[in-house]
Amino acid sequence: MFRHATYAAFAALIMAATPGAISSASAQTLKFGLAEDPDALDPTLARTFVGRVVFSALCDKLVDISPDLKVVPQLATEWSWSADNKSLTFKLRPGVTFHDGEKFDAEAVKYNIERHKTMQGSQRRGELSAVTSVDVVDPLTVKLNTAAPFAPLLATLTDRAGMMISPKAGKALADKFATAPVCAGPFKFVERVAQDRIVLEKFDGYWNKANIHFQRIEFRPFTDATVRLANLRSGQLDILERLAATDAPGVQKDAKLKLGSITEIGYYGITINIGKSDKAKTSALGSSQKIREAFELSLDRNGINKVVFDGLATPGNQWVAPNSPYYAKSSPIPKRDVAKAKALLKEAGNPNPVVNLVTPTTTDARNIAQVVQAMAKEAGFDVRIQATEFATSLNMADKGDFEAYILAWSGRPDPDGNLYSFHGCKQPLNYSGLCNPALDEVLNDSRLTTDMAQRQAAWNKAAAIVLAERPIIYLLHRKWLWAYGNKLSGFKEYPDGLIRFTGMKLG
Amino acid sequence: MTRFLFRRLAILLPTLLFVSIIIFGLQQLLPGDPAIAMAGEERDPETIAQIREKYNLNKPIHERYLLWIGGVLQGDFGESIRIQLPVSQLLVEKLPVTIELAILSMLVALGIGLPAGMISALYNGRWPDYVANVVGLWGLSTPNFWLGIMMILLFSVELGWLPASGYVSPLEDPLGNIEAMIMPAFVLGTGIAAVMMRHTRSAMLQVLSSDYIRTARAKGLREKVVIGKHALRNAAVPVITLGALEFGQLLSGAVLTEQIFSIPGFGKLIVDAVFNRDYAVVQGVVLCTATAYIVLNLLADIAYFLVNPRLRA
Repeated sequence: MFRHATYAAFAALIMAATPGAISSASAQTLKFGLAEDPDALDPTLARTFVGRVVFSALCDKLVDISPDLKVVPQLATEWSWSADNKSLTFKLRPGVTFHDGEKFDAEAVKYNIERHKTMQGSQRRGELSAVTSVDVVDPLTVKLNTAAPFAPLLATLTDRAGMMISPKAGKALADKFATAPVCAGPFKFVERVAQDRIVLEKFDGYWNKANIHFQRIEFRPFTDATVRLANLRSGQLDILERLAATDAPGVQKDAKLKLGSITEIGYYGITINIGKSDKAKTSALGSSQKIREAFELSLDRNGINKVVFDGLATPGNQWVAPNSPYYAKSSPIPKRDVAKAKALLKEAGNPNPVVNLVTPTTTDARNIAQVVQAMAKEAGFDVRIQATEFATSLNMADKGDFEAYILAWSGRPDPDGNLYSFHGCKQPLNYSGLCNPALDEVLNDSRLTTDMAQRQAAWNKAAAIVLAERPIIYLLHRKWLWAYGNKLSGFKEYPDGLIRFTGMKLG
Repeated sequence: MTRFLFRRLAILLPTLLFVSIIIFGLQQLLPGDPAIAMAGEERDPETIAQIREKYNLNKPIHERYLLWIGGVLQGDFGESIRIQLPVSQLLVEKLPVTIELAILSMLVALGIGLPAGMISALYNGRWPDYVANVVGLWGLSTPNFWLGIMMILLFSVELGWLPASGYVSPLEDPLGNIEAMIMPAFVLGTGIAAVMMRHTRSAMLQVLSSDYIRTARAKGLREKVVIGKHALRNAAVPVITLGALEFGQLLSGAVLTEQIFSIPGFGKLIVDAVFNRDYAVVQGVVLCTATAYIVLNLLADIAYFLVNPRLRA
């Protein structure tokens, strides 16, 4: 008896180890590899990037962006600003329903905007703080009112602030909505096992269902980039996000895989404490504009790009990349000039300034810090790297307990999202402590008008001021990298790094 | 025996209470503010204030401890700040996975470690001993993450025999479950097998050179009986201790192995929780594993009683 059982177990093991034993999952299921496990699946409370990737299958937004950053219709078909730019009116798509069969209408939009604004722990409050009230004009027309003109509002609604959940489910589940989210996107929620998988299923009532070609999507988190790629190669995944730059050449050579890439709307930069705390006065960088200029001149952005990102990033000196329509061409990237940097340091009376550089412990940030250290040394800087775990480094930045800090920002489609909160006086993300009334005026001007030419003129002025003060020395813009099996077609890159599942096909 | 058990059980509760205070206190020493860590990229000040309020982060530490331990005593471990699910639900989801991986790894460890240690001791100084030693050293000195990635590249990417990672519940698909667990259990098990082998070997060598074994042999007992009945039982005591400790370690989650094979167990849970300052989750997991450790030690003590009559005084 025992012997039989042993043989049976042995046979099972051998069968398990035979090729073909792995059930080939139906071509109708898209298996998506995420770089981390998302946080709460509630558009009001969510804060992670990977969460947004899942939402792109689950929750439609009022408006979306195109690959060239134009605002395009999604749940709203048209929109218009009032003459005084103080209200934004949306015409909603007729016949849209939520996953629970509830109707999507102007009342639902009002409910959602108010939920974003008032729910305890809402992450959208700041984004929507300009909105003072929401008017339901008729079932398919809704008007968002602001106290003062606020041009970035439309672009804000292309992300989580514009995601619409079913009011019925929202009211029933309240702060437990994330356990069973109900939206109006192409896929509906099936199950989530934390740190293992999130499963979604095609929603038959979707307004654009003719363009959805999968029955299911399974999101699985793999924190290690090598492991993520191994899973794609072994067929466990169909597509993965955030491929490591160093793996990109290998993917390009592999006939079974394809590479997707596009320049991000965010950036990598070095934030310098120039007024956030008393440290600004005692540090060489914080106290002298000349030394900051010398520091920037000592750096070779192309060199950093080659060493750290295999040449796949885009060097830049502003909050948007040089290929962005919003780049201030009047302020081009300065060339590396070690001789001039040395001369400036001599002028400042400090030929060998010490720079304490805080860097999060992520691989990219640490590598950047090391290259910066080596480059700045040639001009006479003594850069001391302080590698600090991310949550701790944020706290230090918040308290002003740093001299220089390497920080990445994921970016927003409207340049205002990369700019205002970082350089406006006393704004939440203004870690440098810059407070410049002339800059504040320009930043506010850029929000008052919806005319893009006028806004661009304001941003050009802002660039001139920021690039001279150097509260942040912008270094480069990474590329979003995806790898996917060649059975997948219809994949399109978007600069926000999110996925549009419409039009994608397997096999 | 009953008195002994009763005594051990009586110190269980104060120990756990002490452990809970240590966990809670140490956690507060971590730099970094959970509210800021949770407030997303925008870090709106009002949102930060609300998160502090919602999760009692602005109450004094002793009040927070009492709130937490009071909840724990009623089975409420609090809520994960990051994914907004009850910690008890996370524990219930992850514990079976962790236990399964621990048991399978232990089986691999025992299956390789015990026979190898015995053979090595019985053939002391001869070639089987050397072979076992070399293999043992290899097992000890190979880093888990390296072995794991190599196995994935060979068995999943090249040969396509096993899934590269992921977990399937045995209730859903028993075969799929074994397929998913073979590699992680092997990676974890080989590391422990090496330690087991070394301990079994030295314990056996010591026992084999003792007087009563010589007596047993002298009175003409068959070698099988000498080894199996007399030597092994005595040599088992240190191996049981080690096994209990290693098993406890496995239950606290195998961080790297779980990351590589994407096994949703305690290791992954606690690492994410520490980085996100998700206090309630860290506390829940550590308390859970501390309890497991204490219970396992108790079981090990009971096992000594069973294998070694001299301890039953």
